[in-house]
Amino acid sequence: MSGDRVIFEEGQIGRRSNHQAPKVMVDCDLPQAFLRSRPPPLPEVSELQVVRHYTLLSQKNFSVDTQFYPLGSCTMKYNPRVCNTMAMLPGFLGRHPLEPDQTGQGVMASLFELQEMLASVSGMAGVSLSPMAGAQGEFAGVSMIRAYHQKNGDTERIEMLVPDAAHGTNPATAALCGFRVREIPTDENGDLDIVSLKGAVGPQTAGLMLTNPSTLGVFERRVEEIIAIVHDAGGLLYYDGANLNAITGRTRPGDMGFDAIHINVHKTFSTPHGGGGPGAGPVGASQRLKPFLPVPMVTCDRVGGEPVYRWLNQDDCPDSIGQLSAFMGNIGVLLRAYVYLRMLGGAGMRRVADYAALNANYLLAKLTAAGFTPAFPNRLASHEFILTLKPEADNFGVTALDFAKRLLDYGFYAPTIYFPMLVPECLLIEPTETESKEELDRFVAAMVAIRQEAIEDPKLVKEAPHNIPVPGGGPGRLDETQAARKPNLIWQKD
Amino acid sequence: MPFIPHTEKDLQDMLSDIGISSLDGLFAEIPESLCCEAPQLLPALNEMEVSRLMGERAGKDGGMLGFIGGGAYEHHIPAAVWEITTRGEFYSAYTPYQAEASQGTLQVLYEYQSMIAGLTGLEVSNASLYDGASAAAEAVLMAVRCSRKKTAKVGVPATVNPRTIKTIANLIGQQGIELVEISYDLKKGCIDPASLSQYSGNDLVAIIIPQPNFFGTIEDVDALTDWAHGEGALVIGVVNPTSLALLKPPGEWGHAGADIACGDGQPLGIPLSSGGPYFGFLSCQKKWLRQIPGRVVGKTQDRDGNVGYVLTMQAREQHIRRSKATSNICTNQGLMTVAATIYLALLGPSGLLDVAKASLQNSQILKEKLTAIPGVDLLYSGHTFHEFVVKLNRPVDTVLKELYKDGIVAGLPLDSDCLLICVTETKTLEDMERFSNCLETIMSRSFS
Repeated sequence: MSGDRVIFEEGQIGRRSNHQAPKVMVDCDLPQAFLRSRPPPLPEVSELQVVRHYTLLSQKNFSVDTQFYPLGSCTMKYNPRVCNTMAMLPGFLGRHPLEPDQTGQGVMASLFELQEMLASVSGMAGVSLSPMAGAQGEFAGVSMIRAYHQKNGDTERIEMLVPDAAHGTNPATAALCGFRVREIPTDENGDLDIVSLKGAVGPQTAGLMLTNPSTLGVFERRVEEIIAIVHDAGGLLYYDGANLNAITGRTRPGDMGFDAIHINVHKTFSTPHGGGGPGAGPVGASQRLKPFLPVPMVTCDRVGGEPVYRWLNQDDCPDSIGQLSAFMGNIGVLLRAYVYLRMLGGAGMRRVADYAALNANYLLAKLTAAGFTPAFPNRLASHEFILTLKPEADNFGVTALDFAKRLLDYGFYAPTIYFPMLVPECLLIEPTETESKEELDRFVAAMVAIRQEAIEDPKLVKEAPHNIPVPGGGPGRLDETQAARKPNLIWQKD
Repeated sequence: MPFIPHTEKDLQDMLSDIGISSLDGLFAEIPESLCCEAPQLLPALNEMEVSRLMGERAGKDGGMLGFIGGGAYEHHIPAAVWEITTRGEFYSAYTPYQAEASQGTLQVLYEYQSMIAGLTGLEVSNASLYDGASAAAEAVLMAVRCSRKKTAKVGVPATVNPRTIKTIANLIGQQGIELVEISYDLKKGCIDPASLSQYSGNDLVAIIIPQPNFFGTIEDVDALTDWAHGEGALVIGVVNPTSLALLKPPGEWGHAGADIACGDGQPLGIPLSSGGPYFGFLSCQKKWLRQIPGRVVGKTQDRDGNVGYVLTMQAREQHIRRSKATSNICTNQGLMTVAATIYLALLGPSGLLDVAKASLQNSQILKEKLTAIPGVDLLYSGHTFHEFVVKLNRPVDTVLKELYKDGIVAGLPLDSDCLLICVTETKTLEDMERFSNCLETIMSRSFS
């Protein structure tokens, strides 16, 4: 079928979709030395071939729209269609970023209100929407901490503390911001090890990056004490908002005492993941970090009683860490988040946390009752939880990876595996609030069935997947080692 | 409840299976002192109400006859691009960690990498970065990693888009890298290769070469590249992807070709959208592959020899290398690359060349029309692609305001009397005549 070939192999020299291109009347008059000697090696295909090829390819994906996608830490919940429809209105799409503010009052009103609502949900004093993804939001937050210490002449603070269970982006970001990274261990109940933290803080401490609920799927119960320890040492607190959806309307990072926070709108505010972006990573600041927020931001003046929106730039915010991209950030993504927030309202944001936690704890209870081993049996789950398949690995020789691959055959995307690295053979499972009880029950049944297969026919599980339910069938388990050893990254004509 | 499927019975059954009596019980581990009520937000709207609100807001926006470029460019986007891109299977999937269930996204990315490598004339490409400016910052960091030099000085010409320069400075500010400004020929609007000798022996790690540059002028990339390589510096080409159908690709610059090419992919089927989301592309010579930032897709096979695609060389990335990673980037701009891949497939080599030529042709027509107006002069004499700078003998701000009343956004003001003007294939002769007629009227009015 078409999807088995790359688009280049569909082409024929001289085939054109000419109606897509403009008419050219004269030839260009540039000197030959500037010009390309051969046309770029792009496919020459008809419009139908393109449409068919990419439609068939799309069908080879699992997605939230087609499958339960319990990918822990990624929050794969339903992306409301209306958010896309509204963000794709021609008035929004056609406007150039450098047009005068007058032509963008509609989009800027929405962005201004989004800034205010995100501040309200997170409890922060101010919010900038400009970072283009979670990792860039982290960069913004950590840069603000750095700028704050520098402004205070506190240049000895060169160390950023990061829990060992943190997302990889945390230490990578701290390094990019010029900090030395120091890891803080986790105790056996999934809480940050307070004794180690006390031993680690000092005059060199710039801050601590914390995810709460943590990547272990549990609430950091001693968060107030942690924050006091770091603040007392002169450090600031960074909140990784990856798991904000677990607590919206229940508690706020700002009230916990965090100084900077990033928010993944593609998690908590249900903008699409798009096969790996675009996301958006708005960053929030406490009162003392507010002057350092990245630009641009939208502000609202009242002119004759009417709101007039305008962009704030570096000239307006001299202490700002500056712009992080060429323009204003991922506006189209932010508009989707705005529409989502407008439909949910404050009560809806609380329901997000309530039902995400309900689904996670229900799934945890059912899987535990079915004989699986929770990593933290004495803890409530947040919006996600961890199972360890170490007993299954020890007894039947099937690993978390094998379970993950076999789940694909059952029509479920796999949970996150081998993260956090602290828990052996782990599955990090996040059902989200938009899945029904029946879907969760089907997932439990599949897990139970796979374990039975592991006992009776471990080879079946170890060699999975066998028959992924996509049109034309998916491939078997792909050889990642070979891919990395001899990289084949672009198509070339034989 | 919007988007939550639970019935009251579901709720009670599930709470009972968990062994608690209420939803509050799920949050028992949060210290009481930290608990809050639901936030006070703007009142919730249903789908009909929110559609009406957004329809009104979108109706207020845009709608001008625009001649602004400066890093984002209006091009026709074929209908099929976003029809296919927003299919739920692409739109609502995530980073293809489970390759076997993500072959759609992965194969598109493999095709995308192939197209970007082909367009830039280089051997390998990653699977996208956030935007052109942050891609340039990643390219600078990458060049420093590739270099064995002790210093970390990177030459940045003043003809690079100032927004890109600011972004680079902000993103790499803590890495001990020095950005050395390279000046340009104020008559031609591009770098004079003969002037580069003043930077010789500076131990530059790399130099950035913009093509076309911020002023729309075409740089002498061959001479610049050869000079840089002679200095032992890597060459980073910052390029407009549309122009590459027409202009010499970075891989063929000078004798050895640019080492890294990057730029903003927005012209390839991505709407202007007030600034984003766009995407950044980055390609390089194969010898630098292990230092490339971001995600990369590779072709492989399963046990039976069936072809498949996977994320590869992940040992460079933050989720494995943590603080030693080549970048902190995680989520990139996946869906935008789907759109760009479909755009490039629909246009093909001849269609993209037609877009480039039509843009060039329109800019030449407009350039002639505008500079025929008394008081409007071309600022630079160099060859241009689809942007050029004019100097007015009246304050630009006033002229822009007057044109705005006529429904025209005339360009990007560079200072009090210069204007950067862009025109692509989307403008008709009538559009350009309307612009020049309005400008002529305003300029003559100002004279009197």
